[in-house]
Amino acid sequence: MKTLTQLHEQKSLIHAQKIAANWKYFSDPMLLLILACYFIPMFLGDGGINNFAYCLLWTFGAIGLSAMWGYGGILSFGQTAFFGLAGYCYGVFTINFGGSPVSTWSGVLCALVMCMAFACLLGYMIFYGGVKDVFIGIITLSVTLVFETFMAQTAGPQWAIGAARLNGFNGMSAMPSLSLPAIGAENLLIEGTNFLYLVLTLLVIVYLGTKKLLNSSFGLTLEAIRENPHRAEMLGIDIRRYQLLIFIFGSTLGGLSGILYTVWGSYITPSSMGLTASAMPIIWVATGGRRSLAGAIIATVALLDLSQELVVYGSQYALVLMGFILLFVVMVAPAGLLPTIKQKLFGS
Amino acid sequence: MTVILETKDLSKSFGGAQVVNGINFKVKKGEIRCVIGPNGAGKSTFFKLLIGEHQPTRGEIFFKGKNISKLLPYKRVAMGMSIKFQVPGIFPELTVEEHLKLVLQRVSGPDPIVEELSRIMDTFHLTDEKRVKSANLSHGKKQWLEIAMAVALRPEILLLDEPVAGLSDEETRDTGELISRLKTQGITMIVVEHDMDFVKQVATQVTVLHGGKVFADGPLHEVLQREDVAEIYLGKR
Repeated sequence: MKTLTQLHEQKSLIHAQKIAANWKYFSDPMLLLILACYFIPMFLGDGGINNFAYCLLWTFGAIGLSAMWGYGGILSFGQTAFFGLAGYCYGVFTINFGGSPVSTWSGVLCALVMCMAFACLLGYMIFYGGVKDVFIGIITLSVTLVFETFMAQTAGPQWAIGAARLNGFNGMSAMPSLSLPAIGAENLLIEGTNFLYLVLTLLVIVYLGTKKLLNSSFGLTLEAIRENPHRAEMLGIDIRRYQLLIFIFGSTLGGLSGILYTVWGSYITPSSMGLTASAMPIIWVATGGRRSLAGAIIATVALLDLSQELVVYGSQYALVLMGFILLFVVMVAPAGLLPTIKQKLFGS
Repeated sequence: MTVILETKDLSKSFGGAQVVNGINFKVKKGEIRCVIGPNGAGKSTFFKLLIGEHQPTRGEIFFKGKNISKLLPYKRVAMGMSIKFQVPGIFPELTVEEHLKLVLQRVSGPDPIVEELSRIMDTFHLTDEKRVKSANLSHGKKQWLEIAMAVALRPEILLLDEPVAGLSDEETRDTGELISRLKTQGITMIVVEHDMDFVKQVATQVTVLHGGKVFADGPLHEVLQREDVAEIYLGKR
């Protein structure tokens, strides 16, 4: 029998371990790097701030893919399908209901709910239908291409939802920016530097939340499913449920990127769901390290910025370079660059 | 003693091949039942039918009185079955500690009890390897990790498929002692095994399969004394 003192000591130890674990989260180098980015507007002009915000807004989809692929073993080409779906949803909602703070934030919520609902439906068919391995990639890619093809043929006045014309290949435009109500003044538009702060704040929340989720018992179960789904099932784990949940989570983050993109540029086009676009998140995450959230974030921003620089000389150069980078990473650092560099510097 | 697991006319065919053919089988609570038989007798298929990896083409399986023939494997585990596979089916990138945490969180909630984790690692001589990725363990340690995971689920019935395959004589003896210890805790066990010395060490009841059917069934010493059982092992039948 344990004495009361022993029990008290054990409780104190568990409490101390929890504090240490929480402190570990807040002293995370990636978190500190994101927080340091709040000072970036001091050094960049308007164009630079906009470009940086553009690169950052894609990181949500990359984090989602890293969680699905790196931890859950689900290679999804569907991130851009959810990106486009959420972007169009936000556009249709705000064009119909106006640009007030309530309308725009409701548009964000509506787009996220749509993404979750569609991810739930698609994921249910995939995982409860017994689809496995590479076939998940094929199905998600097919869905993405079907979305793109469908949206590209929606030119003409008959393709409208309320006041919102879908506009076929040209896509939708003129969606209002997000705004916040201000007492006794005009609404505060979330544009430029404010938009960057919004993206950074969301990134802190999503990064910490995803990290906590993946370090929990849920994350450990996901890793077991990735390593050996058959054995995991024989431990009493309903693997389909876990796969579905992480698919919904990751896909919704893809949708969050799409909403922010639509808010950032006030437009969304079918090409954002095309074959090239759908391959990009895979390249970013594979390059950074599919089991490293920090790697996925850094690689996404770095490769997007590099692409932006190269586009000045012709868009084909950026694509060719991305192909070479993927080839290089697969051959030299299959675990991704950040985990490989960490391994070389600090050991396992 | 009450019957915990029962099969009635259990059959499985693949195309034209009848691999398991009308097996009627009963295991009582607390018993250690060894299922033996020559190669191709249908032992592995019978085992896979019990755990739900294969669906029977005919017949039924009852566990604690409930028909589980159509239940998915994870639901059978949730009812109190636990399995140790012939080929260690572990998670290569996870450490020994993570394996056991994964299992314990199924039975004790998201924060497994540290003491229980330590106790299981001690029992299975895995403490020194707690932070070692299972891919880097020796074959013997992998087998013990498999058994540790199966036991940590606190099952009512433990199904062990060739638990001593590839183990040294000393490890085989240790495994036998471990299984005997588990019996004292009231865990029912079904063991599919080739190693007759090991079978003699642990079994109280034996079922001999031959050609997908039950060839002999009963107390260990009686079954092993039968000449026809020896003959099927020597391939005379």
